[in-house]
Amino acid sequence: MAGWTFLVAGPAVASELQEHARTPSALEQMVRQDCGSCHGLTFKGGLGSPLLPENLENYSVEDLSSIILDGLPGTAMPPWRAIISESEAAWMARYLKTGGSK
Amino acid sequence: MPRFFPAKTRRSPFRPLATLIAIGAAIALNACASSPVALRGTADLATVIARASGEVAVLDTSNKQFTGIIGGLGDLSHASIVYARDGRFAFVFGRDGGLTKIDILSHKIVVRTLQAGNSIGGAISQDGKLVAVANYEPGGVRVFDAETLELVADIPTTIDGGPDRSKVIGLVDAPGNRFVFSLWDTGEIWIADFSAGNTPSVTRYQNIGIQPYDALITPDGRYYIAGLFGEDGMALLDLWHPQSGPQRILDHYGKGEERLPVYKMPHLEGWAIAGKRAFVPAVGRHEVLVIDTETWQEVGRIPVHGQPVFVMAHPDGRHVWVNFSVPDYDTVQIIDTQTLAIDGELKPGTGVLHMEFSPRGDQVWLSVRDDNKVVGYDPYTLKPIAELPLPSPSGIFMSDRAGRIGL
Ligand code: HEC
Repeated sequence: MAGWTFLVAGPAVASELQEHARTPSALEQMVRQDCGSCHGLTFKGGLGSPLLPENLENYSVEDLSSIILDGLPGTAMPPWRAIISESEAAWMARYLKTGGSK
Repeated sequence: MPRFFPAKTRRSPFRPLATLIAIGAAIALNACASSPVALRGTADLATVIARASGEVAVLDTSNKQFTGIIGGLGDLSHASIVYARDGRFAFVFGRDGGLTKIDILSHKIVVRTLQAGNSIGGAISQDGKLVAVANYEPGGVRVFDAETLELVADIPTTIDGGPDRSKVIGLVDAPGNRFVFSLWDTGEIWIADFSAGNTPSVTRYQNIGIQPYDALITPDGRYYIAGLFGEDGMALLDLWHPQSGPQRILDHYGKGEERLPVYKMPHLEGWAIAGKRAFVPAVGRHEVLVIDTETWQEVGRIPVHGQPVFVMAHPDGRHVWVNFSVPDYDTVQIIDTQTLAIDGELKPGTGVLHMEFSPRGDQVWLSVRDDNKVVGYDPYTLKPIAELPLPSPSGIFMSDRAGRIGL
């Protein structure tokens, strides 16, 4: 039954993504609110680790994008590829690395 | 709407008050309140968290409007509220470790403390005298005097006696002035028993399962149930017989099936129970699970629109309402508890984060985060009854929680 839901949800979400790529303000909203539900609205951490610039110094934008898209298997950090595009992930990575100055 | 000063400027004048209360002059506080408070009950009031601005709005469900807003509460990104036993004062647990006692009639902060670096919620003891906070950083539970917010007990959740500590989740109050909570990192349930005074006796249960993410207690306060993120199933502790230890339920649920990515941790707080059936969100699946509360066996799975976050029972038990995680959080589905069929669906806006029924079930209130509004519906006709603007609303807490164990 879960397989059934997965097959249906996958394509539906992907087409939605192409239809309206998110604007910077929608991306900011998403990274603050939806990532913030685990990492804290101010990125000081929660169930997920803190995501302040000083915590991410050793990661490149590419590293962070791939963490966002593929998640960290074995942890609660989910892969976001089904609902976030590569360019959106890179935008979020830059946003986090610069502490919200985009 | 009146705006209030940030916490820092508000905090200092209240320090001396806290001391006054500590020496038994609690009356002084009311006498000092600048503006007189209109005489009214609180049973039709709810508090609503405005998470981006760090405010709590007070909702009058009879007149369907906000009566005021209380600011200066810090980072409320995963905030929750419990009520003092009089239903007038409430305790706000902020993400940043802030613990604030507010007066929902005068819309004022009574006393506020920053008690930890990072917290996830709290509970008030059965006798109303103690407020406990679950902390991520430093991991543990801190317990405060409900009058003064002075520290009464500190329970660090140390790992193997070392410097590391586990994050605490699923903190609830239980009968007998106990607090029960779970440890995310080490998979434990602890009971802190305050029945003999302010020094708790702590009982620890290990190996309850991998990564408990939230927990609930049944309305009678008998069963504590922790959901597991790291594996299938849930851990159930019968508080009538705590010596028997936790038992695993729904162990076979989802075995060998692939999970979807979990974009938001489900919540178990709203124990949706109707007759002898309980309804809980499945982790990583587009399903609501139905459990028989006598045998604790799975008796059904209901396919739903997305990954459920909250599953809340209407007070009359006939329906349960379900909201979903991103990207499906524009939808609410309504399940008939007899037929287990989806009986209705609403699209109130983007980012439906929470739902709360009025105590008798004539109204339901939803917070719609991205549309910056709180909407009320008649749950029988599904017709909107109110739409109120509020920036980034999340949790809604009816004051009747004051009289209920575990909420
Ligand atoms: C359901 C909870 C959850 C959500 C939602 C979530 N994360 Fe995470 N994330 C985690 C956890 C838990 C970790 C830490 C994993 C570990 O190493 O144990 C993590 C780790 C990370 C890391 C690595 C940090 C480091 O120091 O190694 C990054 C970057 C990150 N998350 C970004 C994001 C972004 C961006 C979003 C939103 C698109 C997001 N996360 C949403 C739970 C979450």
